[in-house]
Amino acid sequence: MPILVPDINLRIIAPALIVTVTAIVVLLGELVTPAERKRWLGYLSIAGLVVAAFAAFSLWGANASGFSGMVVADNFGLFLTLTIALSAALSILLSIPFIHAHEIDQGEYYVLLLASVAGMIVMATATDLIVIFLGLELLSLPLYILAAFQREDTRSLEAGIKYFLLGAFSSAFFLYGIALVFGATGTTNLAKIAASLAQSAGSPMLSIGVGLLMVGFAFKVALVPFHWWTPDVYDGAPTTVTAFMSVAVKAAAFGAFFRTFQFALPALALDWRAVAAVLAVLTMTLGNVAALLQSNVKRMLAYSSIAHAGYILIALVAMSANGLSSALFYLLAYTVTNLGAFGAVIALSDGARERLEIKDFAGAAREHPLVALALTICLLSLAGFPPFAGFVGKFLIFGAAVETGWAWLAVIGVLNSLVSVYFYLRPVVQMYMSEPAEGWSGIRVAPLVALALLIAVISVIALGVFPAPAIALAAGGLIR
Amino acid sequence: MIPLQFYLIVAAILFCLGLFGALARRNAVAILMGIELMLNAVNINLVAFWRYVKPAAPTMDLAGQIFALFVVTLAAAEAAIGLALIIAIYRSRDTVNVEDVDLMKW
Amino acid sequence: MSLLVFYLFAAIAVLAALGMVVLRNPVHSALSLALVFVSLAAMYVLLSAPFIAVAQVMIYAGAILILFVFVIMLLSPGTDQGVGALKAQRGLAILFGAALLVLLIAVLGGAVLPPTRGTFTPEAIAAEGDTQAVGALLFTNFLLPFEITSILLLVAIVGVIVLAKKRQSISKQ
Repeated sequence: MPILVPDINLRIIAPALIVTVTAIVVLLGELVTPAERKRWLGYLSIAGLVVAAFAAFSLWGANASGFSGMVVADNFGLFLTLTIALSAALSILLSIPFIHAHEIDQGEYYVLLLASVAGMIVMATATDLIVIFLGLELLSLPLYILAAFQREDTRSLEAGIKYFLLGAFSSAFFLYGIALVFGATGTTNLAKIAASLAQSAGSPMLSIGVGLLMVGFAFKVALVPFHWWTPDVYDGAPTTVTAFMSVAVKAAAFGAFFRTFQFALPALALDWRAVAAVLAVLTMTLGNVAALLQSNVKRMLAYSSIAHAGYILIALVAMSANGLSSALFYLLAYTVTNLGAFGAVIALSDGARERLEIKDFAGAAREHPLVALALTICLLSLAGFPPFAGFVGKFLIFGAAVETGWAWLAVIGVLNSLVSVYFYLRPVVQMYMSEPAEGWSGIRVAPLVALALLIAVISVIALGVFPAPAIALAAGGLIR
Repeated sequence: MIPLQFYLIVAAILFCLGLFGALARRNAVAILMGIELMLNAVNINLVAFWRYVKPAAPTMDLAGQIFALFVVTLAAAEAAIGLALIIAIYRSRDTVNVEDVDLMKW
Repeated sequence: MSLLVFYLFAAIAVLAALGMVVLRNPVHSALSLALVFVSLAAMYVLLSAPFIAVAQVMIYAGAILILFVFVIMLLSPGTDQGVGALKAQRGLAILFGAALLVLLIAVLGGAVLPPTRGTFTPEAIAAEGDTQAVGALLFTNFLLPFEITSILLLVAIVGVIVLAKKRQSISKQ
């Protein structure tokens, strides 16, 4: 038989490759690093992520595909790669003091986080359902462990097992969907699926396959009614892991979601757009209403992240170039804003003792005015107030929906944003209007947390006041 | 030759039995077994499609079989992690029943 | 003839799967699952995919299931109450499972497709060897997913060790 030469193009997968290599170096470094120097493994991980981000940036506009058409380096994937790398770097900055305070500072924490990042990058740049699925698993498996990383705490272990069981359950659906799409079209390559569907009409088997794919994605990005694992997992997992999961998983999974549906399945758009619109309404409404009822900040942010997934889904329903770029911008804005909010929550905790009830925040403005200000800015941005990043993101998404004739969906989105103002402002009111609660003495904000918070808040304001450059970058995100 | 839909129907039955097992059982190990059954059902589909469906491109010729192989590997990785989590929770709480495990509300 | 073999193994697989779901003792469940795995391997042989059939027996029945049995033994099997006592949960599970099954059978039962005519027909594979054909493709067209799988396994190893190993007493200063 002839010797086949594989289509190797390492440049295209450079970002994922660099992250993977960093993970392996950190794994080996863990063996030789004494316990009191573990933080250096964190710095090393951040350095790897920065290099990976530069690699992604150098690929900007390359629009090349490789490995027999399984991955692509297009601006859409690269934008998401940069978002994911940024979220991971900020999460590690928050994690270094956090895992030290909780006495779980093992190098494996960074290894698993980096492996998850590699899976996310693969998922965001994959153009083949096989690779999307493997990327999804590579991002999920480390997160199951990370959620359970505080294993002295039963709640963390339970978060891990719950996340695992539901994640594995949902990937079975996703896989079944892939198998049926493969059976109906004879390929798993997204471009070839699109080509095959352009020639012949879809079959019932294909529709079921697409439906199951949607269920799989819906589980991963936590759309109602596949969201019920989210609050418990986000609540039980270590706060830094929650912060990372709540943003980065969404960026990667929505990337593959958009790529699969908007690019490979436009032929079936009539069917899935209606379903996605219904899911978006349910997700936004239930997420915001449930968030109203929470007294714990972590759970509130969990439900708020569900609601934000609903907003992003509106961009998919719009199914236009503007919808795509608005989703990219929104994901970036949401990433920095949510990490800022979590960073502030972490900053206000006293070592291993976390302050997670909303009433714990009473008087924070007097004790830690800067952290309180940062949290206020992030919460206002999440609620969609100008001049912050969240406002521009919502404006773009609702605009894209109106443009393509989904004005009613945009109206529901706006109404939901109004509802969300109430619960986002509750911690703010507590911080500024109430007398200081007990136990503020002795809280010192770790310098790394302060740095992460500073980066996040500056980004939130910059993206809100000067959104043009980021919008231009996001608009270049052609899908191929 | 055996018609394709025979395989697909067997796969569908096994998938739904696995689904039922995963939803109805309370023992985490049993839930995991149900999930493994679901993954196996998908594999029948993949291999059957390889055998019966004309590939859209020559590069996709053996994709069904190879994809099935990836699924087997993945199932092994998932089982290892899942069982490790189950052992960890058993060590801390002395139970593997998901209901007993439930400190947090669903 | 092959149809008869198919019916036989399909029946074994479905009955064993049913057993796995309803049997209360986890060890019995695990053994039923082993039976499912082996009968699926027979189906892969019928589909002329001998490599997958062997991998199925070796990895699923040989490795994964042994792991399950180990864990069940380790965790003392007497603690299981079988299918959920919660009537609502069981009812919902039956409802979901049955609804999906009806939908799938209705759709897939009508899927009539002619046998494949790609390059790798069963005849070509018989001439070249299934393992060679799969192996060659794994290292060419499917190189990237293959490498991702290797990272996946590494992650699984690291993860399991993290969960299992004793934490070294970290400097409390």
